[in-house]
Amino acid sequence: MTMPKLQSAAELERYRAEILAGRDPALPCIAVCAGAACDGMDSAAVARAFLAEAAHLGGKLEVRTTGCHGYCEKGPNVVVTPGDICYFEVAPADVPEIVAATLKGEVVERLVYKDPVSGEKAVHMHEVPFYKHQMRLLIGDNPKIDPMKIDDYLAVGGYAALVKALTTMSPDQVLDEVKRANLRGRGGGGFPAGAKWETTKKAADKTKYVIVNGHEGESAAFMDRAMLTGNPHKILEGLIIGAYAIGAQKGFMYTRHDMPLLEKHVRNALAQAKEYGLLGENILGSGFDFECELHFDVGIFVSGESSALMRSIEGNPPEPRPKYIRTSVSGIWDKPSNLNNVETWANVPQIINKGADWFTSIGSEKSKGTKLISLSGNVVNSGVVEVPLGTPLRTLVFDIGGGVRDGKTLKAIHFGGAMGGSIPADLIDAPLDFDGMSKLGAPIGAGGLLLMDEDTDMVEVARYLMDFLTKESCGKCVPCREGMAQMLHILTKLTKGEGKPGDLEQLEDLAEVTGLSSLCALGKTSADPLKSMFRYFKPEYESRISVQAAGGSKAR
Amino acid sequence: MSEQKIASIIAKYRGQPSSLIHALVEIQHENRWLPREVMQEVADALEVPFAQVLQIASFYKTFSLTPKGRHEVHVCTGMTCHLRGAPKLLAKVEELTGLKAGETDAENRFTLDTGACLGSCSIGPELIVDGKHYGRMTPEKAEAVLKSYE
Repeated sequence: MTMPKLQSAAELERYRAEILAGRDPALPCIAVCAGAACDGMDSAAVARAFLAEAAHLGGKLEVRTTGCHGYCEKGPNVVVTPGDICYFEVAPADVPEIVAATLKGEVVERLVYKDPVSGEKAVHMHEVPFYKHQMRLLIGDNPKIDPMKIDDYLAVGGYAALVKALTTMSPDQVLDEVKRANLRGRGGGGFPAGAKWETTKKAADKTKYVIVNGHEGESAAFMDRAMLTGNPHKILEGLIIGAYAIGAQKGFMYTRHDMPLLEKHVRNALAQAKEYGLLGENILGSGFDFECELHFDVGIFVSGESSALMRSIEGNPPEPRPKYIRTSVSGIWDKPSNLNNVETWANVPQIINKGADWFTSIGSEKSKGTKLISLSGNVVNSGVVEVPLGTPLRTLVFDIGGGVRDGKTLKAIHFGGAMGGSIPADLIDAPLDFDGMSKLGAPIGAGGLLLMDEDTDMVEVARYLMDFLTKESCGKCVPCREGMAQMLHILTKLTKGEGKPGDLEQLEDLAEVTGLSSLCALGKTSADPLKSMFRYFKPEYESRISVQAAGGSKAR
Repeated sequence: MSEQKIASIIAKYRGQPSSLIHALVEIQHENRWLPREVMQEVADALEVPFAQVLQIASFYKTFSLTPKGRHEVHVCTGMTCHLRGAPKLLAKVEELTGLKAGETDAENRFTLDTGACLGSCSIGPELIVDGKHYGRMTPEKAEAVLKSYE
């Protein structure tokens, strides 16, 4: 069945009303998570079992396959509405029991959350400790949406912000709202999105581009793909609104090629949006034209860097260029190109819907809104978490994360992947804030938070991260290519107990020079983890030298 | 390998130099490696120098310039997998297959690869064979998994 193109905002609202009229909120619905971790635990088999059961119930039960719910540690996740009843670690064999209980309005007690210490149970999502300390403005819709169905997004109010922007606001007003909201880039820099938009908008060239950076190459960061796979239309809506504000005619979604579901959902979302008239010429009769193309990263970390990413979209190797002129002025094919991260774009619709004043009421003084965090490492409850900026790390680590696995103690918290940093456990009360965390030496980055337990060897962590980066460097500039290789060489010796006096001083020199003279952020920040280690964990590094200086080695 | 499919991919992008990466990705997904003759055909059809095709194909990690084994074995070396025991798992998989990352065995049974990060950190360490995830993998369990692939 093809859908006739929606010609106006009124037609879209009429169509939305039809969708809602056709839905019964009291009808039990089972949402099976197909996020990356649940999918890896074969949640597809669970979904198939539910569909098979539902097939002979004559419409008394709806089954929905959705994107990531968040609590990845306990997948496959299942949420039953009404009531948001959460079932964890569901196997196909549990399905008949869940269906029978759901039809009777009962709960399968053995599959609900049970506190590992007190044994207390939590049935509803808002009672489960992992969820109850969160503010899920962006990811909260995921269990309500089948990412393959645009109607599910419309049913939760999707594209209402686009309607509002196109029909009641001028491009300047949209830009102004985003600027007033003080929306800061979620990809790592924390740069104000509104200011970036304005640069591209004001650039002389009439041809302009907007780009979604969904590269997410940061190791142990998985929230962007949770958003993009689970609710692709939200990001697309943000992008179209941004394009309208900036005056761009074309957009690019740049994302990973190695996640089949991600590709399928994004392709489908672009096709559906086109079919509904939300992409293409004269969108909703507003006179605004916009197209969007999908592009893939083909496997190198540096292509997440903005100028490298743009070279890649052009079909060239992803080599960064010096940024005397920003990509917002001269990017793809030398045209002004505004690039924002997935999560940044995802924030745009709610800012337009609810206004900048609402948005700035959430968060800390200089970091507004919520932040998606990928919580993993030696943590009890890993998963995708969303909290207001300014939330103390303690809440993330203990209240939501449940603390350290296997009863061990916390040694360090690492933020920002291979270009981030580690801070010791005693800084646990620091708030999650772009500037504050940068000052501590562990910038939030894209939002990958790792817990490291007492057994973690911090020298080995630095070696591991440097090893990762040396393989991901494009090799164009010498300081990055050679500086990192030398640092890796010394770190490898240290981990083998072969450190010699002078090594740490040399590491410090290399870190400084590589940082100052590399072309792009990859090289510039490659030694950031090392710098944070020297700041907080230096004795551990010194001990690798002193053993050797005393004439001993680990083997003896 | 389906030569027709490759030909149709190339035909789709004929005369479009900026679609070089698209064309190579699709051929890589279809054929799992990029033979020299195919890269030459791509160069001719898309009107880009062969050297540029080679530059792209050898630069990005996704592209393989040698044939792969029947089964692609991937050990995730992302940070969480690393913290949760990936190095031991990798050592065991290397021992079982006799391969280092990037290598293919003489019988063409396995190609071993490593990489970060597939984003299913909660179920790490992970062994992935032909796209199927084996989560919370241990060195002990890896042998049985690999044995099930001929």
